[in-house]
Amino acid sequence: MKYDVVVIGGGPAGLASAVKAWQGGASVLLIEREAKLGGILKQCIHDGFGVVRFGEKLSGPEYADRFVRALKETNVQVSLLSFVTRIIKQDNMYVITYVCKEGVQTVQCDRIILATGCRERTRNGIFINGDRCAGVYTAGSAQNLVNMLGVMPGKRVVILGSGDIGLIMARRLTLEGAKVVGVYEAKPTPSGLTRNIHQCLKDFDIPMYLSSTVTRVFGKTRLERVEICKVDEHMRPIAGTEEIVEADCLVLAVGLIPENEIARDLNVPIDGKTKGAIVDQNCQTLVDGVYACGNALHVNDLVDYVSESGETAGASAVKNHKRDLREIKTVGKLLYAVPQRLDVNSDVDGVIMYFRASEELSDQRITVRADGETVFTKVYGKLLPPEMERISVDFSKAKSLGEITVTLEDK
Amino acid sequence: MQMVCIVCPNGCRLNVEQTEEGIVVSGQRCKRGEAFAIGELTDPKRSVTSSVRTTVKGYPVVSVKTDGEIPKSKIFELMDMLKNVTLHEPLPIGSVVIGNLFGTGVNVITTTQMEETDE
Ligand SMILES: Cc1cc2nc3c(=O)[nH]c(=O)nc-3n(C[C@H](O)[C@H](O)[C@H](O)COP(=O)(O)OP(=O)(O)OC[C@H]3O[C@@H](n4cnc5c(N)ncnc54)[C@H](O)[C@@H]3O)c2cc1C
Ligand code: SF4
Repeated sequence: MKYDVVVIGGGPAGLASAVKAWQGGASVLLIEREAKLGGILKQCIHDGFGVVRFGEKLSGPEYADRFVRALKETNVQVSLLSFVTRIIKQDNMYVITYVCKEGVQTVQCDRIILATGCRERTRNGIFINGDRCAGVYTAGSAQNLVNMLGVMPGKRVVILGSGDIGLIMARRLTLEGAKVVGVYEAKPTPSGLTRNIHQCLKDFDIPMYLSSTVTRVFGKTRLERVEICKVDEHMRPIAGTEEIVEADCLVLAVGLIPENEIARDLNVPIDGKTKGAIVDQNCQTLVDGVYACGNALHVNDLVDYVSESGETAGASAVKNHKRDLREIKTVGKLLYAVPQRLDVNSDVDGVIMYFRASEELSDQRITVRADGETVFTKVYGKLLPPEMERISVDFSKAKSLGEITVTLEDK
Repeated sequence: MQMVCIVCPNGCRLNVEQTEEGIVVSGQRCKRGEAFAIGELTDPKRSVTSSVRTTVKGYPVVSVKTDGEIPKSKIFELMDMLKNVTLHEPLPIGSVVIGNLFGTGVNVITTTQMEETDE
């Protein structure tokens, strides 16, 4: 079989991109490894999704359902329970190998959209010592157990990490009858939205401990205790501050990283800061015909922007032109900015850029320049690394598009 | 008194004062903040999301939510009610699972489209 576009991943990014590519006239196959579409949203049963896009507070499954319905209106072919194992380039086409119920299949296509989402950091990624016992879960796997399988991961729970996913799991486990002993955060400030600290922790009297981390776990077969330690400003444990807390479950909510195994196989250059592919404003990677969107591109905090990038990728995957790429350099206190390239041979008005500050900052100015000329500038009262910002930049006003920079500096 | 508005992701920090003329709120970026603060002092309410068990293949549990807000003090009572619910057939998204909670007119509805699967 041969398709114009193959989308890998059936989360919100993949769904949005498949619909757009089909609307653009392409034949599309969407490959998803799970039994149902919707990606991680299926298990994010709390509400707060879609505020930007629909002006409504939807739960994750409701948000996903709108896009699944839109997909069903199209002729996009969907292959569920299908896991992509290999992609090679052959005679100017991509050959995708995937495993499904029918066995090992191959399809050919001109364009690939990577919408494989992100993965969670695990215990190995953050260096917790101690016994190899059961009862240590990533927040996503704990969320899957409770919300999809109806199984509780434990009765006395310690949560490491104060990002939104950690806060939401603290409330969810409490509602289901567990005792959440506390949420521990190595940084001196919480990572999640203030709103979630109030509605998830304060509402249920769950304590939060800042500048603290889990350094060791104990338990013969099942987790019994964890060792908590205060940390200094470099996040190193302070000797003598160790404290033992009884718990049969440790939930790690310590960060997400784009899933990029397939991109690596295709030799797609990765941005060391986003850990996702380097792309132009059309979500095309540096490898012609390979696109990336959603959390596979960079970890988003709002699903609305995930859908937006999916649509960008889907709409551009049906276009044909020779690219002329310019680097977009980041200057100053930026953690990252996406896209990292500007294709001056395609539309350069209304270029959507996402960025994060490298630290908590106040009174900042972001400026986008082309050959020294300012094409966009905006002032922010407050910027926080967990909150991604979105700007729309019109490069068509610029006299020339040689050296392009994005700068974050004091106002 | 200090409060954080939880109505939208902005999370405005509100200053709330009881005066002779009534409750005076400042710090809100929109008028919903004032209504929230007054509600918090007089009759705090929350929406709740959770899940209920099912015997339908492929759905050990299915996600639900309240389609409006219920008194905050009733949250755990609602959780106990949800423990006693089991669904036996695949329901379309938005189906009412428990109607008119605590006489408030608020219902518990499903938030996942259940489909018959053959796996
Ligand atoms: C645990 C967790 C909780 C979150 N909570 C929130 C939240 O509360 N609010 C919010 O706005 N955002 C939340 N997010 C962020 C959320 O991931 C994004 O909003 C959005 O769901 C990302 O969409 P996506 O399509 O990029 O990825 P995903 O939804 O992760 O979808 C990726 C899909 O690709 C499939 N896939 C991956 N690799 C392969 C392969 N090799 N072959 C076939 N299929 C493959 C996966 O099965 C999955 O279905 C959360 C993320 C996580 C991990
Ligand atoms: S006051 Fe308005 S803007 Fe501020 S958090 Fe509440 S609803 Fe949002």
